[in-house]
Amino acid sequence: MKKMLLSLTALLPLMVLSGCNMVVFEPQGPVARSITELINWSLIWMLLVVAVVFGLFGYIVWKYRERPENKDYEPPEEHGSTLLEIIWTGIPILIVIALTIPTVKTLYALEETPKGYEEKEPITIHVTSADWKWIFSYPEEGIETVNYVNIPEDTPVLFKMTSASTMQSFWVPALGGQKYTMPKMETELYLVADNPGSYEGQNTNFNGRGYADMKFEVLAQTQEDFDQWVDDVKDTAPKLTEDEYEGLLKPTHLGRLTYSNTHLEWVNHADPNSKAYTNPELYRGHGYQGKTFEEDDNYKNENPNVIEGHGEEESHDSQENHGGDHHGH
Amino acid sequence: MGIKWDEFFITGDPLILGSQIAILLTMIGAVAGITYLKKWKYLWTEWLTTVDHKKIGIMYIISAVLMFFRGGMDGLLMKAQTARPEMEFLNSQHYNEIFTTHGVIMILFMAMPFLIGLMNVVIPLQIGARDVAFPQLNALSFWLFFSGAMLFNISFVIGGSPDAGWTSYFPLAGKEFSPGIGNNFYAVALQIAGIGTLMTGINFIVTILKMKTKGMTLMKMPMFTWTTFVTSILIVAAFPIFTVALALMTFDRLYGTHFFTVSGGGMDMLWANLFWLWGHPEVYIVALPAFGIFSEVIATFSRKSLFGYKSMVFSILGIALLSMVVWVHHFYTMGSGPAVNSFFSITTMAIAIPTGVKMFNWLFTMRKGRIKITSAMLWALAFVPCFVIGGVTGVMLAMGAADYQYHNTLFLVAHFHYVLIPGVVFAVFAGLYYWWPKMFGFMLNEKIGKWHFWLFVIGFNVTFMPMFFLGLNGAVRRAYTYSAESGFAPLFMLSAIGSIILAAGFAVFCYNIYWSIRYADRNISSDPWDARTLEWSTASPVQFYNFAKLPEVKSLDPFWHMKKKNEGLTLYDSEIEEIHMPSNSWLPIYMGVIFGIAGFLLVFEWHIAAAVAAIGIFAGLIIRSFDYNEGFHVTKDEIHRIENAWRKTEGEVHDHVS
Repeated sequence: MKKMLLSLTALLPLMVLSGCNMVVFEPQGPVARSITELINWSLIWMLLVVAVVFGLFGYIVWKYRERPENKDYEPPEEHGSTLLEIIWTGIPILIVIALTIPTVKTLYALEETPKGYEEKEPITIHVTSADWKWIFSYPEEGIETVNYVNIPEDTPVLFKMTSASTMQSFWVPALGGQKYTMPKMETELYLVADNPGSYEGQNTNFNGRGYADMKFEVLAQTQEDFDQWVDDVKDTAPKLTEDEYEGLLKPTHLGRLTYSNTHLEWVNHADPNSKAYTNPELYRGHGYQGKTFEEDDNYKNENPNVIEGHGEEESHDSQENHGGDHHGH
Repeated sequence: MGIKWDEFFITGDPLILGSQIAILLTMIGAVAGITYLKKWKYLWTEWLTTVDHKKIGIMYIISAVLMFFRGGMDGLLMKAQTARPEMEFLNSQHYNEIFTTHGVIMILFMAMPFLIGLMNVVIPLQIGARDVAFPQLNALSFWLFFSGAMLFNISFVIGGSPDAGWTSYFPLAGKEFSPGIGNNFYAVALQIAGIGTLMTGINFIVTILKMKTKGMTLMKMPMFTWTTFVTSILIVAAFPIFTVALALMTFDRLYGTHFFTVSGGGMDMLWANLFWLWGHPEVYIVALPAFGIFSEVIATFSRKSLFGYKSMVFSILGIALLSMVVWVHHFYTMGSGPAVNSFFSITTMAIAIPTGVKMFNWLFTMRKGRIKITSAMLWALAFVPCFVIGGVTGVMLAMGAADYQYHNTLFLVAHFHYVLIPGVVFAVFAGLYYWWPKMFGFMLNEKIGKWHFWLFVIGFNVTFMPMFFLGLNGAVRRAYTYSAESGFAPLFMLSAIGSIILAAGFAVFCYNIYWSIRYADRNISSDPWDARTLEWSTASPVQFYNFAKLPEVKSLDPFWHMKKKNEGLTLYDSEIEEIHMPSNSWLPIYMGVIFGIAGFLLVFEWHIAAAVAAIGIFAGLIIRSFDYNEGFHVTKDEIHRIENAWRKTEGEVHDHVS
């Protein structure tokens, strides 16, 4: 018993100390910082609870354990104590209130332009997640990127997010919390980066075989560098056509791509009536295929360029290095 | 029917080929062994057709241990795959199938049946009844669960396992993105097992309300009975939601409807809502009975009655009520707005209040006691610190805004393992060590039991503690691999080492069962722990009619007071009366088999064959409706003979041996 207690209590300070080099505890912008502050606040209370319960537990088990000396001891008949029970109902209620108030405040704050940046005009970037890549459209600048997104520092960025296929989740832990991207729906998320730097973002909601590698880079630049980059893209990047775009949406891994227009010109997946580009043939895993599937054309968007069952695995191998040359923090 | 035989059996994977061979050999071995020992008739009459709640309970427990092995192997494979960065042991498809089946099997085919098994064995005894309210329905519940479990398991070697996660979120789990039949197995197998569970819930509500012995009012029921009662209500409230959700899923996958498929105008979040509207109460369906087990074990081994019995009862009711109004915390990040998230943050955090009350009541039950540290008690003791860690991280996750950083990361995975393993697995181990003598008439070895305990608890902490830190450092759940640059490698390795220790603990547990069956002392008393509740007032193993004379209850911990006052323990000849008992029936196992066959055909979308098999289901229902078997009576002479065999002298229970 003691051994276990020791090993557990030894781990607790580790939990606090090692917090120093974990991405959630190293916020790089005001949004992430407000969440980290909330987490730290909850950690203090939770450690208090742990300390009280562990202390009481150790004391009681040690003191009242069966020993040869207390062989004849017959414990008292005891049914409870109203006072004690009121105390240990009341204190948790107070703790919950102490946690609720900042939680609710933060929940509301996260939906608005981050504090301190109310004056600054936010830029809007549309995020479209697909299997298994991230597409970023800048409607104001008229450019589009795949698997990386450049943003200006110290500027609130409003991400308008949707999905072209399954439900996915957009998360850049260094800059803020996550939200789901869902087909035919739109979610919004504000992020701000304090300083120039490269941060890793990823999908956290499981969406099939290519899920583990569905990552992207957020590069925060100075305003000058950002403007320069936008101009460069406009001058040099190729134009995206709808056919090419349909190819992008196939369940594959891609490296980084850049275009001098956006797919919003012909489709916005957030629109409930938007066209669906999915093709079940491309998602065949192994195993016996069901009958509904054998009947032809269950789905409106039959894709002529059918790749065979394990297509994803192949493309995965050949393009493994793409988009992997960026690491956050 | 256009069967593609080359795709029927999964081929091309050495791991699966090995399992196919092992399954085949085990089946041949079992059949050969039973034939050699000439045990077919015994097996059929004593077990397969039984309606005895104790035997049904034991069958539940055996199945649960087997499923624990299967789910545990899945866990080990996952830990092996993530032990090192860029590991090439399992490919991503295989990994996806494994974490999906690991989750489903551990929750639905291990945790639930293990607890339902213990409930079956213990509840009628604790309330002084001779059986459950509907014995044949009880057998049917078991066979439907077993049928569903087997159907789910064969997906691994035939047709392909489900691979969309145990939550099977749409649209991923739909036909568009998962065109194989793997997820058909999910929809059909869980449906069959779920029907069985729903009937268990109904059965136990009626049993507890109507079959309590004389004098046992609601507020005199033992805590395990209380938690089982509330759990049964939760089952009846929550499982129909799952039934409907799975039925809609089946329509979507098999018949081309679009309830959840977004491209067809459906709503994927409808699935998430329905799933968690069932799924969150489900967490408490497995946790509440476990709390009941700890209450019994802690009270018995502290030699004290439970501290704050009334507040314990109210806290279970509170938890049950709140568990129905917190489901949205599973998708705070869906963007439903701060008002919704605030509401669900508060209701979720509120669950910590009654849970905290229980925690302190357990601690104060031990205070001023004389704590006997047996294997069963060790599990209850380890539960306290481990579950507190699970609980406080649960509160952290409950805070909607903070959850934006934890959601879908390994922090969450660590949290729910810290809740479910101490809160369920420790409990079933505690319950098994505690009630084993009542089931079989001998004890599990205490010394091997302690090895089991230490390996398992240390292994558990080493496996799951690192995941909290991994999650806070950005490691997501369900990813089959990670890069070396991520810096996750050392903690993942530590976690993998922990899982080996954990597995060693489980192996020692199996060895303990083997050792005890072979060598344990059979000459023990019917009350080896000096316990407090009614199940210990009758023989071990319990005679098939449970009680020769139904006991009368005057207080909480009735058996304890009977022993203290030395009253009500004597059985006089004049009190013996004929006992009416239900007869065995072949129908429940028949229904299990036919449901399994129809389900299998449905999974493969062979609709005509499935419809033909379904005729067998209706045939079973019709046969049952014409079944006029009224059971049989146990004669006074037989009761006399059986009671004399275990009572030392007429009118006395054995002295306890401790």
